[in-house]
Amino acid sequence: MSSNCNCAQQAFAELEKVGIDATLLEPVFDKYGKIEGSLITILQHAQDIYGYLPIVLLNYIAIKTGIKPAKVLGVATFYAQFRLEPVGKYLIMLCQGTACHVNGSVDIETAVCEELNIKEGETTPDGLFTLNNVACLGCCSLSPVMMINGETYGTLTPTKAKEIIAEIKAKEAE
Amino acid sequence: MKMIVGKGSCGIAAGANKVSAAAEEYIAEKGITLPVSVAGCIGMCYLEPIVDVIDDNGEKTTYIKVTTETIKEIIDAVCNGKKAEQYIISPEDKAILDKQTRIALRNCGIIDPENIEEYISSGGYKALEKCIKSMTQDEVIEEIKVSGLAGRGGAGFPTWFKWTAAKNAQGTKKYTICNADEGDPGAFMDRAVIEGDPHAVIEGMLIGAYAMGSDDGIVYVRAEYPLAIVRLNNAIEQARAKGFLGKNIMGSNFSFDLRIKAGAGAFVCGEETALIASLEGERGMPRLKPPFPAQKGFWQKPSNINNVETYANVPWILTNGGDKFCAMGTENSKGTKVFALTGKIKKGGLVEIPMGAKVGDIIYGVGGGIKDGKAFKAVQMGGPSGGCVPAELIDTIIDYKSLAATGAIMGSGGMVVMDETTCMVDMARFFLDFTCKESCGKCIHCRVGTKRMLEILTRITEGKGKDGDIELLENLANQIKASSLCGLGQTAPNPVLTTIRYFRNEYEDHIYNKKCTAKQCKALISYEIDAEKCIGCTMCARNCPVGAITGKVKETHVIDKELCIKCGKCVTSCKFGAVKIY
Repeated sequence: MSSNCNCAQQAFAELEKVGIDATLLEPVFDKYGKIEGSLITILQHAQDIYGYLPIVLLNYIAIKTGIKPAKVLGVATFYAQFRLEPVGKYLIMLCQGTACHVNGSVDIETAVCEELNIKEGETTPDGLFTLNNVACLGCCSLSPVMMINGETYGTLTPTKAKEIIAEIKAKEAE
Repeated sequence: MKMIVGKGSCGIAAGANKVSAAAEEYIAEKGITLPVSVAGCIGMCYLEPIVDVIDDNGEKTTYIKVTTETIKEIIDAVCNGKKAEQYIISPEDKAILDKQTRIALRNCGIIDPENIEEYISSGGYKALEKCIKSMTQDEVIEEIKVSGLAGRGGAGFPTWFKWTAAKNAQGTKKYTICNADEGDPGAFMDRAVIEGDPHAVIEGMLIGAYAMGSDDGIVYVRAEYPLAIVRLNNAIEQARAKGFLGKNIMGSNFSFDLRIKAGAGAFVCGEETALIASLEGERGMPRLKPPFPAQKGFWQKPSNINNVETYANVPWILTNGGDKFCAMGTENSKGTKVFALTGKIKKGGLVEIPMGAKVGDIIYGVGGGIKDGKAFKAVQMGGPSGGCVPAELIDTIIDYKSLAATGAIMGSGGMVVMDETTCMVDMARFFLDFTCKESCGKCIHCRVGTKRMLEILTRITEGKGKDGDIELLENLANQIKASSLCGLGQTAPNPVLTTIRYFRNEYEDHIYNKKCTAKQCKALISYEIDAEKCIGCTMCARNCPVGAITGKVKETHVIDKELCIKCGKCVTSCKFGAVKIY
């Protein structure tokens, strides 16, 4: 990035418009910006900070690191972990691994979709829940399994899955 | 006296954190001294949460399925010098551990993975010391060669060969990489090893690095394994503080340091050249070999990549001798292998047994047979890259060669057990769906071919299969295998090919008779109410979301097949088993 170029400031201003404070990323750039091959690590930190990676943010990262925007977008869309859309307060990761599939994870998905009235990959209109299918969570012996904000729930049945979500809903309504 | 709570990811999912918090609270409330420490996963996931109590004589008592309530009873009993007999593990379950030979899992579930002292006192870092102080690089590699250790990640390539290639490669900068991108759905041994015994992996890498002349190491861990990352980070820091990592280790000229790189969720990154691309911050796409990573790997420098389980075996081999490792197993497969036993199995978990055992030994001997008294149908071995071993081949010997002969593979050791209610066409569709999504897109046959195969399988399960579909699947499968660059594409059709090989009749039933014998494919089944069993409780009618069930109270109900959406709610709501699936 040349010092005369003001595209970083422009991108920064665009981020401000959508309410993203890009200064939070400065320590990440300080630590990893100069280390070659750190793009994935930078994206992971950015997603930890903002919860998702909007295109404007990807552009900003491209400018700050000197990596081509096409490559940044390419990497961000290649890996399942990265999200370009914001997620709900509760991220439901429903395991669709082999063991969970054999033990009825499809029925769990149907139940959760019914309870939340959304499809897989969507967020509820109130912004509370996002439902994502994921490949194996590695808790195969407790299958079928789902993880909500880091907490794992095992040996699910459709009824049990609905109850867990209803419980969170009730807690939020308080 | 102390109390140990098993806290692998699976134990925590079963409630281990709540149990240990309850234990600490209750101990404080009672004002007694009873230290509560942590261990990794012992492998008996179906009994979690598990709590061990070690008394002053060193005798261990194992309590199972502990809850926040039963832990109080256990503590009460322990305080009175007694045991809470009703919660102790049954002799039968305990015997499962005795049936195993635990090498890679030797410390898992026993030592505290967050405390390096426990690893050291169980003989840890002794093998490293032996190498550094009394062995040359070649002697270390020779010991591994004698052991016959082969890559445990799937390919089964001899470890000594890779190490020699990296050692002999030109250049002074060499990388030692650990592949902990355990993407195979249904396998979780690498996670368990890192969570339960991270120092074994670090020590294994150190020994490898010493043998190859490498000073820089990276562990590539799946992002879906947050606890493994935390424990490994902690272990690396402790090893550094103790001087096992860093410059001039144990006063020698050997220096080595290690860092973690978290993956971002891509199955293909288990392939070593894709893993390297990912380490370099690129999209994880494989490249042509040669040059092999041993010549040109990470940043074009010689790199050696081994799997977690492979490294975890290394310190044991150096301590006990390669010949002792080699004494176990069959002619072409030496030592032990860890299997993740899941699916329709009674006692699921991690088991480590010597190579050469039979498939049935694991399923019935260790796993206790099939859940709910159903009939065993097949076991998927090697995940999406592997294939199914049908019930009639249950005596197949577990080694690389015998498994390959069935069409399955050893793979990373995932064993997903299927019973009579599993539809094999649906299973094949499930795996193709996975590989199709995970294909990186570089090779056309893998990218487009898997998609076409998935479409065919989907239409078969939807009752729209056509004459010639099976042959078309076989044709596509062989093309994909022949024209894909990496292991993902080369093996993606395996689940389809093996299910066609052993369960061709199921495919034919779906296509020609429009029937799913396992009663799983919604489009091919119908629901009916058995007039003799129905008592007219109206439960099914009330639960039917589309109002397809009619009938008066205390009279037999009827399902309108035109309206029925086959959601199965009537089956689960009927307490009398009156709803039948045809």
